[in-house]
Amino acid sequence: MLVLDLKLLRDLRRLWTQVLAIALVIAGGVATLVLAVGSLRSLDETRAAYYERSAFADVFAVVRRAPKTLVDRIAEIPGVAMVEARIAKLALLDIPDMREPATGMFISLPESGEPELNRLYMRSGRTPDPGSADEVVISEGFATAHAFASGSRFSAILNAHKRDLVVVGIALSPEFIYAIGPGDRMPDDTRFGVVWMSERTLASAYNLDDAFSSVNLKLLRGASEPEVISRLDELLDPYGGSAAYGRKDQTSQMFLEHGFDMLRNMSTTLPPIFLLVAAFLVNLTLSRLVALEREQIGLFKALGYRNTTIASHYIKLVLVIAAIGVVIGSAAGTWLGIYVTKLFGDYYRFPFLVFAKSPDVYVMAALLSFVAAIVGAIRALREIVGLSPAVAMQPPTPPHFRHLLPEWLAVDRVLTQPTMMMLRNISRHPIRAALTTLGIALATAILIVSLFTANAIDQLVDVTYFMADRQDASIGFVDKRPEGVVMQVARLPGVLATEPYRDVSVRIRHGTIERRIMISGRARDADLSRIIDTDLRPVTLPESGLAISNWLAGTLGVGVGDVVEVDLLEGQRRTVSLPVTALVEDYFGIRGMMEAEALARLMREAPAVNSVNVTLDDSRLDDLYAAIKNMPTVAGVSLQRVSLASFRATLAVTITTMAGIYTALAAIIAFGVVYNNARISLSERARELASLRVLGFTRGETMRILLLELALITLIAQPPGWVIGYGLAWVMKTRLAGELMRVPMVLENLTYALASAIVLAAALFSAAIVARRVTRLDLVSVLKTRE
Amino acid sequence: MNQRVFTAQGLTKTYVSGEVEVRALRGLELEITAGEVVVMLGPSGSGKSTLLNIMGGLDHATSGHLLFKELELTGLDDRGLTTYRREHVGFVFQFYNLVPSLTAYENVALVTEISNDPMRPDEALALVGLENRMTHFPAQLSGGEQQRVAIARAIAKRPEILLCDEPTGALDSKTGILVIEALLNVSAQLGTTTLIITHNATIQDVADRVFLFADGQIAGIHKNETRRAASELSW
Repeated sequence: MLVLDLKLLRDLRRLWTQVLAIALVIAGGVATLVLAVGSLRSLDETRAAYYERSAFADVFAVVRRAPKTLVDRIAEIPGVAMVEARIAKLALLDIPDMREPATGMFISLPESGEPELNRLYMRSGRTPDPGSADEVVISEGFATAHAFASGSRFSAILNAHKRDLVVVGIALSPEFIYAIGPGDRMPDDTRFGVVWMSERTLASAYNLDDAFSSVNLKLLRGASEPEVISRLDELLDPYGGSAAYGRKDQTSQMFLEHGFDMLRNMSTTLPPIFLLVAAFLVNLTLSRLVALEREQIGLFKALGYRNTTIASHYIKLVLVIAAIGVVIGSAAGTWLGIYVTKLFGDYYRFPFLVFAKSPDVYVMAALLSFVAAIVGAIRALREIVGLSPAVAMQPPTPPHFRHLLPEWLAVDRVLTQPTMMMLRNISRHPIRAALTTLGIALATAILIVSLFTANAIDQLVDVTYFMADRQDASIGFVDKRPEGVVMQVARLPGVLATEPYRDVSVRIRHGTIERRIMISGRARDADLSRIIDTDLRPVTLPESGLAISNWLAGTLGVGVGDVVEVDLLEGQRRTVSLPVTALVEDYFGIRGMMEAEALARLMREAPAVNSVNVTLDDSRLDDLYAAIKNMPTVAGVSLQRVSLASFRATLAVTITTMAGIYTALAAIIAFGVVYNNARISLSERARELASLRVLGFTRGETMRILLLELALITLIAQPPGWVIGYGLAWVMKTRLAGELMRVPMVLENLTYALASAIVLAAALFSAAIVARRVTRLDLVSVLKTRE
Repeated sequence: MNQRVFTAQGLTKTYVSGEVEVRALRGLELEITAGEVVVMLGPSGSGKSTLLNIMGGLDHATSGHLLFKELELTGLDDRGLTTYRREHVGFVFQFYNLVPSLTAYENVALVTEISNDPMRPDEALALVGLENRMTHFPAQLSGGEQQRVAIARAIAKRPEILLCDEPTGALDSKTGILVIEALLNVSAQLGTTTLIITHNATIQDVADRVFLFADGQIAGIHKNETRRAASELSW
């Protein structure tokens, strides 16, 4: 082994704390990237594999009652590869351990027990016997929530008839990866489940013998989905079909896609920022570390070593440090990636997980880290190697100091000499001080952006659940009901106030851009479920025209006053033009809102109702639930309280976990930066500090000079850190926004404080270590030789 | 014995630092022959170290000529000077400048690895009487021992010239004498031309010639008819 390499190893050992701290900064950057991309690709591949293996359909349609003979005609539509007709109905469930009613999506299974499309993945048990009237397979989430196993019993109200059911199997379906009940924003497995039954039984319960109410299509490769959908709509129209839709509008797929989108956007936003920040910090730190070797570099030159040999020695040093970081980061990132994939895999209830291998990510992260390290080393080396050896071996000549301010201001005389030394030392290396400040500011900033997500979710909950939707519950009906139903609901035990809604499914279009949304008709002065604008003030609906989500307006490229085309997908199925009269800033979904009477006129129907929002007297809930369970027209009750809890327990948990992981990585990076800054400052100034000690300064006074500078730079870095953090959070918010959910741009003061507190804690810890080293400065040897 | 090793003509060196201009050498002239031991005396700032640095190829002259044998040092670029140092020059510094993370043996090997015809590091260390301290790190050696390691490191490549800048400056007298003794022994054995900068006038007695520096020039040259042995010195 060459002696220089021996020196390299010993230097690494001597500097091990710093080596580790720098390596951790690199590891933080690398881990974020590996974790984010790794988990995202794994989930993407898992979903793709699941859809593939379970023959997930491409086109979906619901119809009131179509004869089975229609199936052959549907199969003749060009581009259709496979057709599966079935019965699908929502019904209330009565579950022994639960007082409030739950909702079941009842889906028929063919005689064979095994559907050809959207195949079930049996977790346990078997499919129902085709002849049996009470055997069911239930979705796994629902089974877990109620501790149901084969043999468990519950009842359901199928078409106004209560029926006892027995569980014979538990399954997963690609159609319900994200099992979300009607009227719910988030999945709640206690209140919503999927129930598969034999077709014969369901057909007889709903009078659908030789008929179907739901049809799924698999398309040939290259088939035109819009074409198939419009042909299908034509065929189904006479039988009460509501518009067919493709995968992108399929509820589970849509929510899943959005969840992935959020993860994807988080993954493409945060890790590059982290990695770049880490690269910058490593560059900064290594450049200073190499600069400290000035005298040894001079010595090597004096001994006749060539510049290239010297440069490659130090490049080797930084590469080893970077390599340690890359290895730690890759290992941690891989582990975290698997953890996150499992976390989301559990959340989405995938039957299996595919762990994607992404060698390119490791290579990219490593390359960036190495380049950052090498550039940092070269930056320092270029300066030193350029010096003649005689100069390099001397300590740098004392630089020219200037008065900080004009002399007549006499500031210099007011401040103590140590304070002066500190200020002048900062002003002597303004660029280095600025870069160090920027480094610490970036550390604060990445903490802020990591903490931001949690803030945003809190705000979202506040606005949505406490300011906008203030009802206790929402009662949804299987079909639209005449207005009289409101009175019926109002008379239910415990109901204090009611507010009816009429939801109509539409396609909204401007130019070539089209979206499928619901327009909800509501009273102008609706007080339970309010519309809240960007400034968090309640909005009153205009008397005419359409109010739409701000996000939708952006997508369609319309503003207030513009006219949009609307295909009404119910009733007479007309296409109408409507003026946009208001934009609403909401966080969930995209929707349209109209005054209820205006909507009724538009639909050319008598005022009707799909759901009723209610406030409740808590003491009479049992009576209410009992009454609702006897109302055959009710499809489900969604309770705000439960909905909020499930939101917090599901999406919030996953997002917060991600945010937590990022925050921890950001904290490690922050610590690495501050610690290295302190250590290197100490090395750079060891001679000076020892000289002060020789002159009679106490340890405390000497330390003060060093630590004051550290404190000053750390403090100065905070405000720019907040500003950069806000900027990064804004980028993050923008990237997270999608049609299903937006996060508000909220950064609480506490977040800034917390981010700064973490950085300051890192600074204090570093100061303590450095202080210990100052007390151990060997005066004689420091003065006479290099450290 | 009378081959010229160094010839300097009108050598000047001016440092510019901000608005201040320091003329460290002012048209210096000299000749040094092979195998000579030269001691350079003079107050701080008189130009001794500057000259030594230029002779050692550590620094460039501002003007004038300096020849090493036939080689015009003042005409060499950085790369040429590196080769020159590597092949011909050994240095001993006041503060030893050992690499703290390398043992005595390895500090010497640092040079032998890049030399054409070096001695073995243990041979070089034996020449300075440190054969038993080879595995010690600088921090485990006394000042005198560290300086002797530095001498071993300087001579291990069998240089033609040995340049010593205040080699005893950081040492007590007894140790200093040991170091001078080691230095002279080695250079005598190898026939190395040796230049020693010192503030210590006593050391001049070991030299063939003594250059007295003042104001960036050689103000006088004193020739010793008989050289004293290092062991006879005391200060």
